[in-house]
Amino acid sequence: MKAAVVVFPGSNCDRDVAVALEAASGAAPNMVWHGASEVPDSDLIVLPGGFSYGDYLRSGAMAAHSPIMRDVVKKAGDGVAVLGICNGFQVLTETGLLPGVLMRNASLKFVCRDVRLRVERDDTIFAADYRTGDVITIPIAHHDGNYFADPETLDELEDSGRVAFRYCDQAGTVSAETNPNGSQSNIAGVYDKSGRVLGLMPHPERLADAALGGTDGAGVFTSLLGALN
Amino acid sequence: MATAQSSQSALRVTPELASEHGLTGDEYDHLLDILGREPTLTELGIFSVMWSEHCSYKSSKFWLRQLPTAGERVIQGPGENAGVVDLGDGDAAVFKMESHNHPSFIEPYQGAATGVGGIMRDVFTMGARPVANLNALRFGAPGHEKTRHLVAGVVAGIGGYGNCVGVPTVGGEVNFDAGYNNNILVNAMCVGLARTDKIFYAAASGTDLPVVYVGSKTGRDGIHGATMASAEFSGDADEKRPTVQVGDPFTEKLLIEACLELMAGDAIIGIQDMGAAGLTCSSVEMADKGGVGIELDIDRVPAREEAMTAYEMMLSESQERMVMVLKPGAEKQAQAIFEKWGLDFAVVGRTTDTGRLVVRHKGQVEVDVPVDVLANSAPEYKRAWKLADPPAVIPPEEVPGPESLTDALETLLGSSHLCSRRWVWEQYDHMVMADTVQRPGGDAAVVRVHGTSKGLAASADVTPRYCTADPREGGKQAVAEVWRNLTATGALPLAITDCLNFGNPERPEVMGQFVGCIEGMAEACRAFDFPVVSGNVSLYNETDGKAIPPTPAIGGIGLIPDLDAMATIALKAEGETLLLLGSERGHLGQSLYMREILDQARGAPPPVDLEAERRTGDFVRGLIGEGSVTAVHDVSDGGLLVALAEMAIASGIGVAMAAYGGPLPLHAVLFGEDQGRYLISLAEGEDEIISRAMAAGIPARTIGHTGGDELRLSDEVFWPIQQLKDLHEAWLPDYMKSI
Repeated sequence: MKAAVVVFPGSNCDRDVAVALEAASGAAPNMVWHGASEVPDSDLIVLPGGFSYGDYLRSGAMAAHSPIMRDVVKKAGDGVAVLGICNGFQVLTETGLLPGVLMRNASLKFVCRDVRLRVERDDTIFAADYRTGDVITIPIAHHDGNYFADPETLDELEDSGRVAFRYCDQAGTVSAETNPNGSQSNIAGVYDKSGRVLGLMPHPERLADAALGGTDGAGVFTSLLGALN
Repeated sequence: MATAQSSQSALRVTPELASEHGLTGDEYDHLLDILGREPTLTELGIFSVMWSEHCSYKSSKFWLRQLPTAGERVIQGPGENAGVVDLGDGDAAVFKMESHNHPSFIEPYQGAATGVGGIMRDVFTMGARPVANLNALRFGAPGHEKTRHLVAGVVAGIGGYGNCVGVPTVGGEVNFDAGYNNNILVNAMCVGLARTDKIFYAAASGTDLPVVYVGSKTGRDGIHGATMASAEFSGDADEKRPTVQVGDPFTEKLLIEACLELMAGDAIIGIQDMGAAGLTCSSVEMADKGGVGIELDIDRVPAREEAMTAYEMMLSESQERMVMVLKPGAEKQAQAIFEKWGLDFAVVGRTTDTGRLVVRHKGQVEVDVPVDVLANSAPEYKRAWKLADPPAVIPPEEVPGPESLTDALETLLGSSHLCSRRWVWEQYDHMVMADTVQRPGGDAAVVRVHGTSKGLAASADVTPRYCTADPREGGKQAVAEVWRNLTATGALPLAITDCLNFGNPERPEVMGQFVGCIEGMAEACRAFDFPVVSGNVSLYNETDGKAIPPTPAIGGIGLIPDLDAMATIALKAEGETLLLLGSERGHLGQSLYMREILDQARGAPPPVDLEAERRTGDFVRGLIGEGSVTAVHDVSDGGLLVALAEMAIASGIGVAMAAYGGPLPLHAVLFGEDQGRYLISLAEGEDEIISRAMAAGIPARTIGHTGGDELRLSDEVFWPIQQLKDLHEAWLPDYMKSI
């Protein structure tokens, strides 16, 4: 699996995801500067977490217009897998590769903690190493993770099985109490129509190493390795 | 001597103007003597900040010399941007703590945010990548009208800055006390990692070298911030809002990356961040340490606003700026890196052999003063001090027991003082960088040294109510508490940074608190081989003549050689044995029991027996290292019962306590705050460990066994863990919700 991690000014989880990718695949990803015009030949492009361009306009809005994103959009169209984590998810919605928007958390506060996620389907390149209905523990750390889409979009996402993960409790129950940020239908991550683009607010790279307290996040990277190698 | 002429010569400097700049009559006369003439307005501004308490340490310097600063692992002690300590294998920790008290009271979000930004710059200026932020926060009484607003703003500001930069905020402490009603304390600490052969210093050695300005543009913000931070408030705090700087964490992130990228090469001779007193302080320090002069052409400084005067340029405290002295010819390489990161880069001057700071603006010489005079002629005061006799020790028998033990523990755990700080640290990204191996909520935070199996533990502590009652014991206890918290994770404590927050030093009783705390700290530092490598003094924390409680916040770091042998406070399994190590004296004077249950603050604080403390700590660290214990927690605020409850809450596993058969009153055993104690949990080997402890001269007693879902003192007195957890978690969110 050849992976590339895009580095925007203000990205701050680029190293973390590179470490997780290398731990899963044995190969260090290419780190690609936002000002580059082309992503080197890759099977997977990762848009990492952070505060691209300070998120001063709107989370992900400026990054969506950086030079490299034209090529990311093109390559996604060609079928290259794209994973956007946290700020990366926000960038993907701003480019239109994924539907919906990430609004300010309902609490209006930044929130950093472990959450439980229910795996909604396991027949994708990102989730093959999980089982549908699995409850996994992965941290969130964001101020703008409140997923919103209009009713038609939401219906389409649900009908076509494009919700990747939902915030839930230990038993997999999805409820208002298990919703950390106000997201509609407790949505934590969504796929594009092809199933080859995933955006999610939680950070799988932060619990992909037993020394950090868990390895539930590693499944995202090992799934990709299995599918793309 | 070339005479500087002010372009604002219409504005003649008078004694009155000097006084408005915070200089006393004597200090202004001293300045006239040194210069042999009247200063220009810009020179007056420069001297006033260089001689401010904040920059010159004029009241504290004499006493700070008492603190031990050397040790085998110390690479750099106080006097640089931050302290540097050897971690072995070519790794070094670079760390410092600093106050941002005055600005945070005036404008909590920006005040706290720029405090975080400033301390991170101190660390990466030295070539280190910041890897952990901590903070020590003191707010007024929960019922005070400003407290909620200040808590909300400070926490959001710390998070807003640190989260964006991408450095985890992993630990700290939060207190509420009426003594801080009008003077909150925001002390920010940053720990960074560097290679020992890549440490950068401020000295601008060599002449005719380019002086380079990088980072954000200079605006009119924060002018006289240092002077503001060197005076007490008098009900006019809100009017000082324009002196608070505004932070831009995005630029800070870029600055970190650009500086570290440039530092990977060998272009830099000296580097200094622009903190208090901005361009003035940074250029003077660099020139002084390098033994050279500096000429600055202010017209070349990137400006955010039009028509700024030399005075404004030199005194601006705009954030996210650095000054560097480069090797000749390295400008192009450096410029390319800073331009790649979208940062301003300008050659603004050069080093000279004149030994003078010369500042030119629009063709006029605005400043022409010997660097040595600017850096080293600040007055130094040995102020009068008066240390009250410590109060008498109150015997445990003289402190009444609670009406209900059940209620007493619940009151303590649900109090503003002991409740969970989750509401605070969940607003901080404490996991970014993916090396946080011990998250907030334990005795100390631990981050992994990236790419290794070594851990760096960090903690920030002080108990102001002890310092108020007896500054010497309080100073000792603050150092001991940090040392103990680091030890409880299995770390070998290496060194400390301090942030000494006090009232007006011109009052002998305040100066006495300062002197007492320093003496106590020095004694503890020596006893633990735990030197002070960096720090900051914040005086004049008082309003209308009422000073804060003496608050010498201590930030310490320790090394865990192998993370496989790291301890946490959470119980791990049922059927284990809990031991208490250390002497039980039932000391209740100045305890939280006394404060929260009896509503009193009486007597002497618990004494710290430094030898016993070290003996016990070394023993516990040994047990952790050999893998004999499954959980460790130090016993501090609230005493034994609170510590047990915290271990149970952290795990959900209950504890059945053994009956106490000793001579002390039960409430003194349960709530006494005797120092130098640890709770350890053992899967096996109880008898062996007790006899080893006894042989080492350390009292050890079996406290109980793990199991069930209750904390059980007796058949009549017990608490469901879930109930304790709920009330422990409730106070802070409930309080903040009621905004």
